[in-house]
Order: sequence, then C-alpha cells, then structure tokens
Amino acid sequence: MRFDLMYESFFKIVEGIPLTLQVVSISTILGIFLAVAVALMRISGSKFMSLPAYYFVYLIRGTPLLLQLYFVYYGLSQFEFIRESILWPLLKEPYWCGIITLTISTGAYSSEIIRGGILSVSKNYIEASDALGLSQVKTFMLVTLPITVRQALPAYGNELILMVKASSLISIVTLMEITGIARTIISKTYAPVEIFLVAGSIYLAINFIIVIFVNLAERRLGIEKATQGL
Amino acid sequence: MFDVFALGPTGWGDEMLMGAVMTVLVSSSSLLLGITIGIIFAACKLSNFFILRAIAEVYTTIIRGIPELLVIYLLFFGGSSAVMYLAKIFGYMGYIELNAFTIGTIAVGAISGAYSTEVIRGAVNSVPKGQFEVGKTLGLSGYSLYGKVIFPQVARIALPGIGNVWQITLKDTALISVTGLVEIMRQSRIAAGSTHEPFIFYTAAIILYLLITRLSNIFFDIAEKKYSKGYVSKEAI
Repeated sequence: MRFDLMYESFFKIVEGIPLTLQVVSISTILGIFLAVAVALMRISGSKFMSLPAYYFVYLIRGTPLLLQLYFVYYGLSQFEFIRESILWPLLKEPYWCGIITLTISTGAYSSEIIRGGILSVSKNYIEASDALGLSQVKTFMLVTLPITVRQALPAYGNELILMVKASSLISIVTLMEITGIARTIISKTYAPVEIFLVAGSIYLAINFIIVIFVNLAERRLGIEKATQGL
Repeated sequence: MFDVFALGPTGWGDEMLMGAVMTVLVSSSSLLLGITIGIIFAACKLSNFFILRAIAEVYTTIIRGIPELLVIYLLFFGGSSAVMYLAKIFGYMGYIELNAFTIGTIAVGAISGAYSTEVIRGAVNSVPKGQFEVGKTLGLSGYSLYGKVIFPQVARIALPGIGNVWQITLKDTALISVTGLVEIMRQSRIAAGSTHEPFIFYTAAIILYLLITRLSNIFFDIAEKKYSKGYVSKEAI
C-alpha cells in the first residue's frame, strides 16, 4: 500500500466530485419530468399513448447504458441534418450527450417506479374524492400524487444511487469526473488498488449521504405509518 | 445500406453475430460465477457467526455502492498482478497474464454475485421453517433434506430475481468492452469506426441486445413454469 499516493490522489479525485454531482442532479431533475410523462402515458388507457411508452421503457431497460451513450454521442452525429440542426451545439458536447443519455435512462427506469406508485393508490381514495366533487386534476394533485410519492420514495432512493453509479460512464466520452480522473491516475501510476480504494470510498460516501437524505424524507412523509395503514 | 452486414469477409454481419455469441458466453459464465458467489455469501449472511455476516455485508455494500466501471478497472489493471502475487506464494515465479475474457468474467461475476446474494438470501428466508422441521422429522438430512426439499423451493422463489440479475449482468458485460474483449459493444465500435456508419452499427447492437433479452425472457418463463410445477399458491386454495 502506498499511502502517500492515496493521499495525493485523493485531492486530485475530489476535484471530479462537482462534475459528477452536477451531471447527476441535472439529469435526475429532467428525468423526473420525463418519467411522470411516460408513466401517465402508460396508464392512460389509450393504446396510442401506452404502447409507445411501453416500447420506450422496453428499449431503454433492455440495452446497456454505454451503448445508449455511444448511440447519442457517435451515432447521431453521423447525420448531416443533425449537425445542421439547432440541437447540434448540445449534441457535439460530450457533457450534454452524457446528460441527455442519463436523463433518458433514469426517465425510463423511474417511470416504472412512478407507475407502480400510482397503481398502488387504492381505488377507494379516488372514489372518495370523486364523491367529494373533486375534479380529475385536483384528485391527481391532492390525492394520487402525495400517496404516489410516499409509495415510490424507497425505490426512487435506489434509482438515485444507480444514477450516481451510472454517471461514471461519461468518463468514457472524455469527461473528467471521479472515475475519469481515477482512471487517468491508475494508468499513470499503475496502482489500481490504491486508487480504487480512494475513488470507491468517495462514491460510497456520496451514496451514503443520499441514503441518509432518503431515509429522512421517508420519515418526514411517515412512510412506516402509511404502509401499515394501507 | 444493408450490405455492410454481409456475411464473410466483405461485411460485418458474421463479426457482429460472433460478438453476440461472445456477449452471451461472457454473461453466462459471469452469471454462473455470480450465483456461486451468491450462494456462498448468502450462507455467510444467514450464518450465526458475526464475522461471516460482516464480511458478506461489506462485500454487498461495496459492490452495490461503487460504479461497475471502477470494479472493472481494478481487475483490468490489477488482476494479473494479483494472480502473480498469489502464484508467487505457491512458488511460481513466471509471468501470468489474464485474458480479457477471464478478467471480464471475474469482474462482472463479482458484481452479479452481490445482487445474487440478496436474491438467494431472500429466497432461503422465505422457505417456511416448518419445511426444515418436517424434513428432519422424516429423518432426512444432508443432500436429501437440502437437495430434495429445500433447494427446489429456493429455486422457485429465487428464479424471477435471478432473471433480473441476468438482465443486469448482460448489460454490465458491455462495460468489459473497455478492456478489449470483442463482444457486441466492442465489435460495433470497431465496425462503426472503420465504415464511418456509427448509427447503423449501434442500431444493430441495440437490436442484438433486445433479441438476447427477449430470448432469455422466454427461457426464464419456461424455467419458472418447470419449478412451479405442483406448487399451488395460497390464494388458489
């Protein structure tokens, strides 16, 4: 063990944390909107809405994230019309390609979580709010959504951790986040174990903090009580 | 447009199919290794020894909290020297280099092992205690108890979970392409680079992955039916 090297590389790898967090949080936030849209399409009851949503989720969950990233970064740029379109300033940057890919990926995975949450809302609640004269929009905002959030939060916590892990792939398209810096140091110093321990601990720390926050939110929303009551 | 996929030396069709075969091979061997690791660590997690439980807990927490890519880099850059270090203890001084397939299998196997551990632990836990007691009362022990009574029940409960682990494993093997193993991902990169047609080849790769997923879903459905034979759910009674 070369502890001096671990100490030195720690300060270099730490510099990658902001980029990791930035990419993860931007794509998570954008991904939630996509996920809600896809989930609503799937349970809409109309085939024109639910089938495209079903195939979208099937496609994303059935293929590796790395392949999706290559597809967006290398595959799309092949076409003249994309290079001339207004999206090109975004699609030529590995940073935005990473965010787009991660957003699509988390959108597909979380749409299933959200769909499960919405479906778990008991019909009795909907009927009750119908009986109280609430409109469909109000029923969704005031009844379905709060219960869905409660139901989906534990699974969504897992999804957040998967996102932090998935963000390491953007290092393959030259972005220097935690894994990217770690890889560069490994190939320079040839000390894989030491660097792995440093970078791995940083990831574990990030994920540990996420778990704490999710647990806090769960307690705040009274999830134990709610699941007992249902 | 499709002549790039011609079979033989003029196109990439056969190379892509070989890549798919390699993906299936490396995924299956990783899954087998993963299930083996899973059985061992599930036994550790269910044991009465604190140290065994702690080791298993540390293993699953680390693997599930750290990016797969880092694990693969660790084994890619450190795997050969670790094996040589072990070999030195046993008196072998020569140079050993692990090939990309072995490194990939170990790396992805270690990852899927962590997920399998949880699946198998859950399945063992959900076999009612009465089953053990009845088996013992009937005078069964060893293989006849665990092999004939407990295992079929664990297999039935664990199969859907193992199906999920297989999906994760299959997708994780795409990451091994960074170590140079020529599977679907690597092959489509090579083809895309030399033909300047990335869109077509990445689309082909997507189709190949979806096909493998589809076929393995059918396989797992059949297996689930086979292991549910004779099982009547409580609701049905």
